[in-house]
Amino acid sequence: MSGGRLLVDGLTAGYGRSSVLNDVSLELDRGQVIALLGANGAGKTTLLRCISGLIRPTRGSVSLEGASIVGCAPHTLIRRGIAHVPEGRQPFPHLSVRENLLMGAYSLPAGKAATQVLDLVYHYFPILKERTRQLAGLLSGGEQQMLVIARALMGRPQILLLDEPSLGLSPKLVGTVFSIIRRINEEQQISVLLVEQNANAALQVATHGYLLEHGRASRKFDAAELLASDEVRKSYLGHG
Amino acid sequence: MIAELLLNGIALGCVYSLIALGFVLIFKATGIVNFAQGDIMMLGSFFGLTTIGLWGMPYLLGFVCAVLATAVCGYLFNRLLLQHVVGRPEFQIIMVTIGLGYILRTIAGVVPGWGSLPQRFATPFDGKVDVVFGMPVSQERLVIVLVTAGLMVLLFLFFRFTRVGIAMQAASQNKTAATLVGISVPGVNSLVWALGAGMAGVAGILIAPITFVYPGVGYVGLLAFPAAVLGGFGSLPGAFVGGIVIGLLEVFSGFYLSEWVRNAAPYMALLAVLFIRPSGLFGVRLQKKV
Repeated sequence: MSGGRLLVDGLTAGYGRSSVLNDVSLELDRGQVIALLGANGAGKTTLLRCISGLIRPTRGSVSLEGASIVGCAPHTLIRRGIAHVPEGRQPFPHLSVRENLLMGAYSLPAGKAATQVLDLVYHYFPILKERTRQLAGLLSGGEQQMLVIARALMGRPQILLLDEPSLGLSPKLVGTVFSIIRRINEEQQISVLLVEQNANAALQVATHGYLLEHGRASRKFDAAELLASDEVRKSYLGHG
Repeated sequence: MIAELLLNGIALGCVYSLIALGFVLIFKATGIVNFAQGDIMMLGSFFGLTTIGLWGMPYLLGFVCAVLATAVCGYLFNRLLLQHVVGRPEFQIIMVTIGLGYILRTIAGVVPGWGSLPQRFATPFDGKVDVVFGMPVSQERLVIVLVTAGLMVLLFLFFRFTRVGIAMQAASQNKTAATLVGISVPGVNSLVWALGAGMAGVAGILIAPITFVYPGVGYVGLLAFPAAVLGGFGSLPGAFVGGIVIGLLEVFSGFYLSEWVRNAAPYMALLAVLFIRPSGLFGVRLQKKV
């Protein structure tokens, strides 16, 4: 796995007549972790949904390694190396943990490949190995969050799109989840685009960041720059 | 006497179970309440009539071909018709399935060799009687029970252990998540339609010697509806048990009460269930933990 390069250029999208994203551009380079910060309703989720093909932008382009991926059927994106972990923890509740994970490898050729990745994923999420036969719907919130990230990894992606992985988790669990994300990025060279309201946690992991406000994206900042900026501290870090 | 009624009821119930299972599969996967399920069963009967009766294939070969043909029809119904109305108001989708059923009945009436008069085709079990535990048992009924039991086992193994089977469950549990792991949800749903139609096809061929084959035979398949509700709409084991219960209810009420009651009993049971226990016998919901 070697992280891919994702380029979003002039993206405009919305539902019906109201546009949620306005001319948004961003780039995710190989091996980077980018935090996309913004308030509720700023368009963060819509942006991820555009990238993974779940909704079609009205204008603009999304390209992976220089090839446009706009208009691709969403179920083919994982084969190109993009895994999207949607917001709100969405496991297959009536399948076991193991079955959830094996479904994550649905895009890989059947057989040995899947069990190899399974071992790798269990290495990062040992708790899932303990729960392997349990129904996913009966896991705790934190375990479900780990399960859906792990399931996304099963498809051997180059790019991981994470939508609010910290939502509803205790601060301690947020720390656990984010440190696993960092290890995955460093050890597996998977690029990560992280959408978060919890800027504090996100900027601990991110190398770079964008601010998204009212459907418009800022320029690309270094994570340290954002952590130091007064505006970010006031709006997103909860202390002035 | 009771033993004979019991077997008749269970055999009839097995047929309802098969139709109901296909019906529930389709409902769980696509959210569509398929009112054409009975007419798809009718197609199965006619395909059996064609392969076994008209073309003179050996029973087993004709059986398999007819089931496959029914499954292909189910696949195409989704591909060409229902896939394009998913997401519309429920009422519209139901009308589409009712319309589809009507069209199928009309077509069955005009296809050469089919037609509207009841017909039958020979089976290797015609009039044969086995002795089980010292009781005479009609082979026809016995085959229905055995084939259904075998299919249940296969179905269980399919959903438990095959990639496609698990993907079908995944797609029915969360479409977005299924799409994002690389499952083509419309594609998988077409396969579910093929499976559901195939099961109705099996039912149609098995029941043909009892009901005969004619375009209206699909009304029998409508009994899958009370069977599914009884089992807790959306539960596969429930649909199976519901089918058996409906079959027994019909046979016993027909014998001890009257023919009139026999026809109404399944629907009286349907109403009773909806009033007393709307979640059905097996309607347990897994609570999502947050």
